[in-house]
Amino acid sequence: MNLRAGVIGVVLTVLGVGSAQYLSRHLQAASLPIQNPQESLDFNQHVRPMLAEACFACHGPADATRQADLRLDTSDFIDSVVVPGDAEGSRLFQRLTTDESIGRMPPVSSGRSLTAEQIDLVRRWIDTGAEWGSELASADGGGRPVAARSVDFAREVRPLLSENCFTCHGPDEGSRQRGLRLDVPEGPFADRGQFGGPVIVPGNADESLLIHRVSANDLAVRMPFRRGTVSAVEPGGEEDGLTASEVETLRLWIDQGAEWQSHWAFIPPERPELPGVVDGEWIRKPIDHFVLSRLEEEGRTPSAEADLMTLIRRSTLDLTGLPPTEELIAAALNDDSPDAYERHIDRLLESPGYGERMAGEWLDGARYADTSGYQTDAERTMWPYRDWVINAYNSNMPFDQFTVDQLAGDLLPDATVDQKIATAFNRNHSQNGEGGIIPEEFLVENVVDRVATTSTVWMGLTLGCARCHDHKFDPLTQKEFYEVFAYFNNVPERGKAFKYGNSPPYITAPTDDNYAELAQLDGEIDTAREVFANFEREATAGQAVWEESLQSAWRVDWVLRDQLLVHHPLNGDIAGVYTGEPIVVSPSVTAGLRANRPPPEVTLPVAVTMEGGLPSFVPGKVGEALSFDGQRFVNAGDIGNFTYNDPFSVAVWIYPTVDNGVIVSRALAGDEGERGWGVYLVDGKIQVNLAQRYMDDGLRVVTRDELPLNEWQHLTVTYDGKKMPGGFVVYLNAESVSLETETDGINNPIRTREPLRIGASGSAPDGSGATDSRPRFEGMIDDVRVYAKVLTQAEAAVVATAESLSDIARIAPASRTSGQSKKLRLAFLDQYASVDIQDAWRHLKGLERRRAELWDSFPTVMVMEEMDPPKETHRLIRGAYDVPGERVSPGVPAILPPVNEDEAPNRLTFARWLVQPDHPLTARVAVNRFWQMYFGTGLVKTAENFGTQGEYPSHPELLDWLATTFIDSEWDVKALQRAIVTSATYRQSSTIVPELLEQDPENRLLARGPRLRLPAPAIRDQALAVAGLLVAQVGGPPVKPYQPEGLWEQAASQDYLQSEGDNLYRRSLYTFWKRTLAPPAMLAFDSATRETCIVRLGRTNSPLQALNLMNDVTYVEASRMLAERMIAEGGETPEERIDFAYRLATAHRPRPEARAVLSDSFYSSVDRFQADRQAALDFLNVGEHPRNETLDIAELASYTMTASLILNLDRTITKD
Amino acid sequence: MDSNTDLQRLLTRRRFLELSRTGIGAAALATLWQQDVLGQGTKSPVDSVGGLAGLPHFAPKAKRVIYLFQAGAPSQHELWEYKPKVVELRGTELPESVRAGQRLTTMTASQASFPVIPSIFPFAQHGETGAWVSELMPHTAKIVDELCFIRTMHTEAINHDPGVTFFQTGAQLAGRPSMGAWLSYGLGSMNSDLPTFVAMVSNRGGNPVYDRLWGNGFLPSEYQGVKFLSTGDPVLYLSNPPGIDRTARRRFLDDLAALNQQDAEAFGDPETTTRISQYEMAYRMQASVPELTDLSDEPESVFERYGPDSKTPGTFAANCLLARRLAERDVRFVEVFHRGWDMHTQLPRRIQTQAKDVDQPQAALIQDLKERGMLDETLVVWGGEFGRTVFCQGRMTETTYGRDHHPRAFTIWLAGGGVKPGMSYGTTDDFGYNIVENPVHIHDLHATMLHLLGIDHTRLTFPYQGRNFRLTDVHGKIVNGILS
Repeated sequence: MNLRAGVIGVVLTVLGVGSAQYLSRHLQAASLPIQNPQESLDFNQHVRPMLAEACFACHGPADATRQADLRLDTSDFIDSVVVPGDAEGSRLFQRLTTDESIGRMPPVSSGRSLTAEQIDLVRRWIDTGAEWGSELASADGGGRPVAARSVDFAREVRPLLSENCFTCHGPDEGSRQRGLRLDVPEGPFADRGQFGGPVIVPGNADESLLIHRVSANDLAVRMPFRRGTVSAVEPGGEEDGLTASEVETLRLWIDQGAEWQSHWAFIPPERPELPGVVDGEWIRKPIDHFVLSRLEEEGRTPSAEADLMTLIRRSTLDLTGLPPTEELIAAALNDDSPDAYERHIDRLLESPGYGERMAGEWLDGARYADTSGYQTDAERTMWPYRDWVINAYNSNMPFDQFTVDQLAGDLLPDATVDQKIATAFNRNHSQNGEGGIIPEEFLVENVVDRVATTSTVWMGLTLGCARCHDHKFDPLTQKEFYEVFAYFNNVPERGKAFKYGNSPPYITAPTDDNYAELAQLDGEIDTAREVFANFEREATAGQAVWEESLQSAWRVDWVLRDQLLVHHPLNGDIAGVYTGEPIVVSPSVTAGLRANRPPPEVTLPVAVTMEGGLPSFVPGKVGEALSFDGQRFVNAGDIGNFTYNDPFSVAVWIYPTVDNGVIVSRALAGDEGERGWGVYLVDGKIQVNLAQRYMDDGLRVVTRDELPLNEWQHLTVTYDGKKMPGGFVVYLNAESVSLETETDGINNPIRTREPLRIGASGSAPDGSGATDSRPRFEGMIDDVRVYAKVLTQAEAAVVATAESLSDIARIAPASRTSGQSKKLRLAFLDQYASVDIQDAWRHLKGLERRRAELWDSFPTVMVMEEMDPPKETHRLIRGAYDVPGERVSPGVPAILPPVNEDEAPNRLTFARWLVQPDHPLTARVAVNRFWQMYFGTGLVKTAENFGTQGEYPSHPELLDWLATTFIDSEWDVKALQRAIVTSATYRQSSTIVPELLEQDPENRLLARGPRLRLPAPAIRDQALAVAGLLVAQVGGPPVKPYQPEGLWEQAASQDYLQSEGDNLYRRSLYTFWKRTLAPPAMLAFDSATRETCIVRLGRTNSPLQALNLMNDVTYVEASRMLAERMIAEGGETPEERIDFAYRLATAHRPRPEARAVLSDSFYSSVDRFQADRQAALDFLNVGEHPRNETLDIAELASYTMTASLILNLDRTITKD
Repeated sequence: MDSNTDLQRLLTRRRFLELSRTGIGAAALATLWQQDVLGQGTKSPVDSVGGLAGLPHFAPKAKRVIYLFQAGAPSQHELWEYKPKVVELRGTELPESVRAGQRLTTMTASQASFPVIPSIFPFAQHGETGAWVSELMPHTAKIVDELCFIRTMHTEAINHDPGVTFFQTGAQLAGRPSMGAWLSYGLGSMNSDLPTFVAMVSNRGGNPVYDRLWGNGFLPSEYQGVKFLSTGDPVLYLSNPPGIDRTARRRFLDDLAALNQQDAEAFGDPETTTRISQYEMAYRMQASVPELTDLSDEPESVFERYGPDSKTPGTFAANCLLARRLAERDVRFVEVFHRGWDMHTQLPRRIQTQAKDVDQPQAALIQDLKERGMLDETLVVWGGEFGRTVFCQGRMTETTYGRDHHPRAFTIWLAGGGVKPGMSYGTTDDFGYNIVENPVHIHDLHATMLHLLGIDHTRLTFPYQGRNFRLTDVHGKIVNGILS
């Protein structure tokens, strides 16, 4: 495909004709160019744009629609309807001003009437001589000034059809009118049967129905017409319809043969030849050929190369997000080789800051955040993914691998932990844990987000628009949306996410430091095992001797005490036995939202009372048991206050006589159902409940089988603290029994003030009508234990062994149950072995416990996993989660290359498809975003949309050259950066010439270097760096630097716990990102909120930015620290020190006039602070970093003020 | 494509640069912060700076909006919606024909029964129009003749986050601009030293609110609402650091302007000139915002009217008073969020304190605006993100019951700004469960609000991702029945 055809026209559209048109459309008042009423006006320049809009539809170039044989686009009409110098006497003017009933023009019905100012302009044009003036963009000077240009379909016609016609005549079959579609050639060129011939007759605009309809005078006929119902794309009121110049474009295109091309972005890029240029001396790199060739076509020249210091600063900020250090500058300046600049670039690409900078950009698209979004927006742990991205860039991971790992790393053969971490990309979306939500609804939203984000980031497609109906502009059907959806719909996730923390599926993702710590511990464990093994023989012998001695003992017993919270033996006494070991119940589970309040300490021993009657002891399973009559119960006091992420176990002997009753609980029947945890007998089955609000905020499992009444049985219930029903295990007589889940979805911590109760749970006061009151136990209960850990199966067997040690010892070893043997063994090691053996055993167990705790302390990260068998995907009618249509299979849109049918239809295949070399979008979209990062605007400005509504590239061939080069380099990201930043294009001076600003305000022609305000993170990072405060640690958990008080508190009743020390000075990339209340200083400088995928940021200029830079603690403190550097490192005189700071911040010495202002400013501060030393002290006390107290406070305050001035300079926060 | 809007903004900017070059005044270019460059401030609703050419589309009725957003969803049954039938049927099961299988939240979906429960707070008729108001709103009851109740609001959202987001941005999911941002973008600013759009959150706990509710979505960030805080600086980073007084700041700004001006001349970047004016705007705000939030110039009678809380910063009462002061200073859109209405349990106890928070201040605000002649041009809106069920959630006793979320019909009210006073719009069934007549969707409310501000809601668009987006998406009908 030839993307170069008609390039000359581009600037006309973008800047010339286009601007005139927009001026007349939107800015009539602003565009009136006349300052001096006596000045003679020029028709083409001043009047034509206005008349083109209002009159040309009927009096323009189109013969078919011309009325009264009058055309106003050629100069002939001046002779016929204008009397130069006499507006009142000119028929043209009379018709513009006459009464409506006599036929004022334009007709009111056309909706195109002129404003009073416009009419006045016509009057003045005629009165000052009715000059025809210069031709508008005319090459031939003929009567139809734009007739000579050649129209490019891809650039000019398709966008026009897309914008104006596709809503009703495009890909969406549902809204297509009269069966006509204009987005594919089968539409306009086909015979229309009963509706007549083709709407476009190539070579003959006059015969083409399209032209008749778009230029018709009759509003009932003219297309596009405003419909009774409002469409998605709504041209407004009188602005309806095409402008005359747009009609003209269509005419010309048809007359020139109506050549049709597919949308450029759907055709795989081919590597273009380097275009020829007239003056090649400027060129350094291939990129420059394309840029220069275009500039030459426009008759422009590039800007001179920027000075080296500017280039060093520009490239360092671009590639690392930081200002150049003294060392970097020195290395570049001291390098005499001709490729000194290139070597500087290589140093940047090798620095860790490079990966951090690139990651920051990527994370906006990946909607990365440290919270879950939606209502409570609590903390989650995804930063291992952030660090993966940093590492991927720093190790120059090829972009195809970068793609495959993130989309489907889990499906790679023998996937590594890193490859699984990478898949967090598609778990970064917000997820909802709000009470009462319908999980199915948000399961769908999660997948929709994945599809929209993945297609935006890799393909620049607005595929999300096809969720409810076929895409209105691009050839993407709703069915195709759900085919892509199917790839991402097979995750074993929860529609209602956990409110706090990560939701499944997630994996433990240790850092390098974690692994190191673990390896060390494993080494210790190996040693401890060895030590213990060496005692094996001695232990076996010792145990035999001990057992023998036990046989004659009357009764010796032992209890497993490891993390035993309380033990109620119930032998003639209801009191509990407490091990006295400090048990750490997890601290506040809402950490990060509320200041941690440690759970209240339990005072031992706990007061235990019998309620509902006097205790009655009866012979039990282990000694005596307590008898329960449905009234009596034990209030066992404030112990066992577990919440949903505490592992715990309850073990008890029961002898039920009826099939309903509370066994052990710490719960209350409340307004919203039961709150707390409890183990119950319900209809003969064991039910375990852990709930905040039983109906939708809890976990409940129940045994499948009923247990027998009127016999003793041992029950152990364990819970692993993972908030899933699968975390419960119920052992009946030491055997694990099968469970059914009754509720699944616990979301809130469940601390309750209810005491631990044996045989009952809390019930609301009588007559309150509380729901879910539980019947009290009837029968016997014995030997109740509560552990603050998960008992293993073996431990459950030991706990379920009622026989005492001495009883067991009397059983022949071969006849002992496994539980009995284990009980003996454990008791021996724990209490009766020699001190050496006990120590070795305890040491080993302690290390093993530490390892488990250590592993649990490692960060987790939410990842992608697949379900087997796969979940069915259906098209959803109108996108509604609860209205499924036909079933669909995974697949890709037909407009794009086919997916490999030989591979499994899963995400891995999809990911590999994205990076197959003939994919038309992936490489283009990626290189365009890199370009945008450097130049502020992509070659395709709409970086998020490469569809037909996206912008046509400013340099199509350059885009394709970059894309194909990227692919051919095996997706070498650093090489691509190098190719861009070493080009002459990038190295131009960014000084702005006024006329160029006027003609090319966005620098789309690249006739100068980029000059852009720094992105938000770079502004802060730069200030920290020049102040010497920046802590250059890469990766790790997010930090909470300064933030104004009350921000979280007022909106969300949550506390922002500010970090301390080094963590106040980490790069902004590591600032804790709360999605719904993002760091305000970042938002003020146009950061993405990270609520949704954003790949193009705005750049605004506001007073909030000024207030932030002047007054935020961050910058006041940075100014003070920069001031200390000025004094320590900047030389002797104020002027030298000012130069030093200015150079740190801008890489330049101040010009003399700037130095004069700065130094004058400094001395005025000195006067002020010397007169008011308290003010100086107050000013210097801002920020946590200690002040250098050896410095004079008035002097330091004055330098601080000057440093603040420098940090506030527009030049400082601008990349130039 | 985006080029027209961007180009348009650039051209607007250029025009202001020309103006500033000709010495008319240093122009703040960002629309939100637009200074009245012409300095001829005749105070008509169309006299605004920034905004889109051609807007307003027609003569507006309202010049500004004060939105008293009641986050958490207040129960219409205890406040505004009097249903004698429910009193009669107290404790009986909601007929299945009424619920008709419509979805419930998972908090009550598996509840065994759905007994209807009337308000335990008696209702009485008030004002000349005889509107029914419960005893929880005694002050508001006195001004019912100024209010226009819409009893048939409805939404698709059934949970808070999507529900609140829908009301504020016209979509349930994050990503769209808030209503105030749309207005800033479309209409520009009416004043020279305050933001166009201010959001305040009163310091009562409850479900969180978020930046997106006053955010700019895909609009440029200059259109985002400015959050006024009740602790610390009212506007973030407003105060100079300790030791830096206004004189020192002035000197600093003069020096900064001189330096930036030198660079503007050296590098020719119009952004530098803009930045100079933004620093000037910041300096003006440092004076105007404290002046605004300093209530010491209000007479005691004003505090008496707004109630005892009005002297405590961060209360709804204080924020209502601030809203009036912001309105006086021609801030276009003021939004006061009051959290805490989410009452699944213990509703009778909790709603009393909650209603007390708002009743007197909101009534005072309406009266105050009226007496100052501002109510006609100020649209006041009061309401939450959905209503609450007529049936009981959880335990039902005389003093203890709860109500779940109910999106199908609920009550909000409007006042002033071109809305008919003293009326009630729309009818619900005997249970207040389903709409019988004249439904009003969120999109309809938005369309109507924009209409009152002189905007055709179908023509306030912004191109993004290839589509022209609107606040009302592809929906919205003007509720003609409530227009005065």
